Amino acid sequence: MKEKDRKFCSKISRSTPGPGDGGNTGSWRVVRPIIDLSKCIPAKTKKKACFNCWLYCPDCVVSKTIPPTIDLTYCKGCGICAEECPASAISMVEEGSLIGEDK
Amino acid sequence: METKTTILNLSEEEFVHPGNRACSGCGLSIVYRMGLKALGKNTILAVPPSCLTVLQGLYPVASTKLPCVNVTFASTGAAATGLRAAMRALGKDDVNVVAWAGDGGTADIGIQALSGACERNEDIIYICYDNEAYMNTGVQRSGTTPQGVVTTTTPIKGKIQEKKDVPAIIAAHGVGYVATASAAYPLDLYDKVKKAASMKGPRYIHVHTPCPPGWSFETRYTIKIGKLAVQSGLFDLYELENGNFTLTGASKNLVGKERIPVKEYFQTQGRFKNLADDILARVQAKVDEKWSTY
Amino acid sequence: MYIIESGNVAAATGVKLSRAQVIAAYPITPQTPLTEKLSELVESGEMKSEYIQVESEHSAMSVCIAASTAGTRAFTATSANGLLYMNEQLHWAAGARLPIVMCVANRGVGAPWTVWNDHQDTISQRDGGWIQLYANDHQQIIDTVIKAFRLSEKVSIPVMVCYDGYLLSHTYMPFDQPGQDKVDAFLPPFAPTHFLDPENPANFNTVTLPDVRPNTAGVVEPGYMEIRHNLHEDMKAAIDVYEEIDEEYNKEFGRGGSPFVEEYKCAEADFVAVCIGSLSYHLRDIIDSMREKGVNIGVMGVHMYRPFPNAAIVDALKGKKCAIIFEKALSYGNQGALYADIKSALYSSEDRPIVHSYILGLGGREIKTEHLVDALTESCNSPETVGDDTRWIGLKLQA
Repeated sequence: MKEKDRKFCSKISRSTPGPGDGGNTGSWRVVRPIIDLSKCIPAKTKKKACFNCWLYCPDCVVSKTIPPTIDLTYCKGCGICAEECPASAISMVEEGSLIGEDK
Repeated sequence: METKTTILNLSEEEFVHPGNRACSGCGLSIVYRMGLKALGKNTILAVPPSCLTVLQGLYPVASTKLPCVNVTFASTGAAATGLRAAMRALGKDDVNVVAWAGDGGTADIGIQALSGACERNEDIIYICYDNEAYMNTGVQRSGTTPQGVVTTTTPIKGKIQEKKDVPAIIAAHGVGYVATASAAYPLDLYDKVKKAASMKGPRYIHVHTPCPPGWSFETRYTIKIGKLAVQSGLFDLYELENGNFTLTGASKNLVGKERIPVKEYFQTQGRFKNLADDILARVQAKVDEKWSTY
Repeated sequence: MYIIESGNVAAATGVKLSRAQVIAAYPITPQTPLTEKLSELVESGEMKSEYIQVESEHSAMSVCIAASTAGTRAFTATSANGLLYMNEQLHWAAGARLPIVMCVANRGVGAPWTVWNDHQDTISQRDGGWIQLYANDHQQIIDTVIKAFRLSEKVSIPVMVCYDGYLLSHTYMPFDQPGQDKVDAFLPPFAPTHFLDPENPANFNTVTLPDVRPNTAGVVEPGYMEIRHNLHEDMKAAIDVYEEIDEEYNKEFGRGGSPFVEEYKCAEADFVAVCIGSLSYHLRDIIDSMREKGVNIGVMGVHMYRPFPNAAIVDALKGKKCAIIFEKALSYGNQGALYADIKSALYSSEDRPIVHSYILGLGGREIKTEHLVDALTESCNSPETVGDDTRWIGLKLQA
């Protein structure tokens, strides 16, 4: 029979894990978070402390490191980290103001 | 609750990839991230149409690092049942079977299947992230939309009916664990999911989930606004374990203290802009009455 | 081992022998005794299966979809409005390529309410992507259920095994129950390629774009249309697969040989009555008496309705003067469903017969022998004048 060797079900909707389903979502940003290391508690104290920005980031782009770093490829610029930082160490800076500067 | 997780001892392992299609500042992103941390790798998820469908990604890219089956809108409770039955049949009893649905897929179109699963005492965890409208499709009203809220299907008068109390409905099934949580208190949420994962029977967690575009507020205030809902006593963090009710976290700390007026919470969001004074007064009175019993 | 039991019990026995792992069913007349029998088999321990007493038919198919995606052999059963209630899930199961088997005890659909037999329930689901097999008697019910599991798992397409409500579901006939060992050899355990697995995480059936799109490795994956095209192509290819499976079953168990159509005295016939279900056996008696009166007529029962076995139909009707299609379902506003499919199959065939269309038995309306004889006689005596408008048999109170 001709269908004996047919491989059935060769196409299904089965997605495999990976980043960037929405592309480089950093391009969504209008404002960008910038951490002032002189105010940031873990940076200042060189201790594992605070990490509010890491905790509250919806997009897993903040690292739980001393100091925390932000993955700008995917950061959507929501500003939650800036709002929740108890040391007011994060400011949301207009992307437009950074054009021409060394990013 | 026995153990309290802190930011410092919270695991760094992430189960969600960045660069997904959730909105900037999305409350669900926080809830989902924390919930999956608590559940861990040995988990299978069932997800109906909802914001989470979009967060999880379009074929062929998945933003979740766990196995997941997408299901039809009304079927989440039954799908989770089917997953658990399959795990039993295969002798894989230690796998977490977890349904993640929005308020629409839980309180409205999904309630029958969920009720059936609870009545059958299925070994499933069901997490409802309640952003209080059908947000994925553009902010249409749901059963859990609060009274007075403007949505696209209640565009002028605001929702006439009151918010459906889904945790109470689930509790009436006699299930062993019903809890509420909030995106604004992720560690409380984490501990509850972790606890649920160690239990049997239906475990229902209802998570208040602020939504910047749907509720009309700036993306940076997701946590702040979620906290106001709890601090005003409008949304309480609690556990109902085998019939024993206990407030947790920020709600527990609020007992005997002065609460923020609900008006302050409502004022932060554009969706309450048409809220009538009499509704506001009624809501405040109800909150006061509820808290007088705590 | 032969027993005398109902059609519903024949179906339940087939499910038991096929070692379904997860069963979820909601009772509905006339399927109910099937679900009751399965409950009894599971509760007594005679059948090792998970049985979920779901709260609706939609949930029954939802449980099956999830259980099948998780890698277990899943089964459900329903009738009529229950089937319609799970309609979106039928489309889902087919598009998700899940090898679920479902029995349907055919019953007419509301409105208005009816509990009696006709085929509108399953026939109206013909476009959704499920394979549809129809049984004519209890032996065929149990045999087809076993073959259905084998077929569905080979081609990754769900299969519904249909049998007449009441006429087969509730009547008693002797039938042979195959031995478990032989069925185990014929139907090995379910071993899917893709399933939900924490060791190999993937997301099934999420939003799929109209266009193709690269995956995380940069390899372009199909879009919605490619996936649906694959279902259609695999479904057509399932015709040959089922023929092989039926052949193997025939060799092992001594029954079968007519996977697509079952012919009775058609070989030299000029006229062929065609229908689905137990009616084809009712017609055999009529055919015999008409043949005694000199009418060269046979009857053909259609077993596989979807995928539609075009080649077998064309082959069976080639050179005949007239094919008279009797059916218990129709496409409202147009014509009989089976009639339309047969005409379409014959369109490009040289040497094709005239085709006549009769609707009967809706909502369990009694099918009287004399009505069938009258219709067949008219069709055989003057095939050119009957015309191709769908006619109705058994209507009363005609305007």
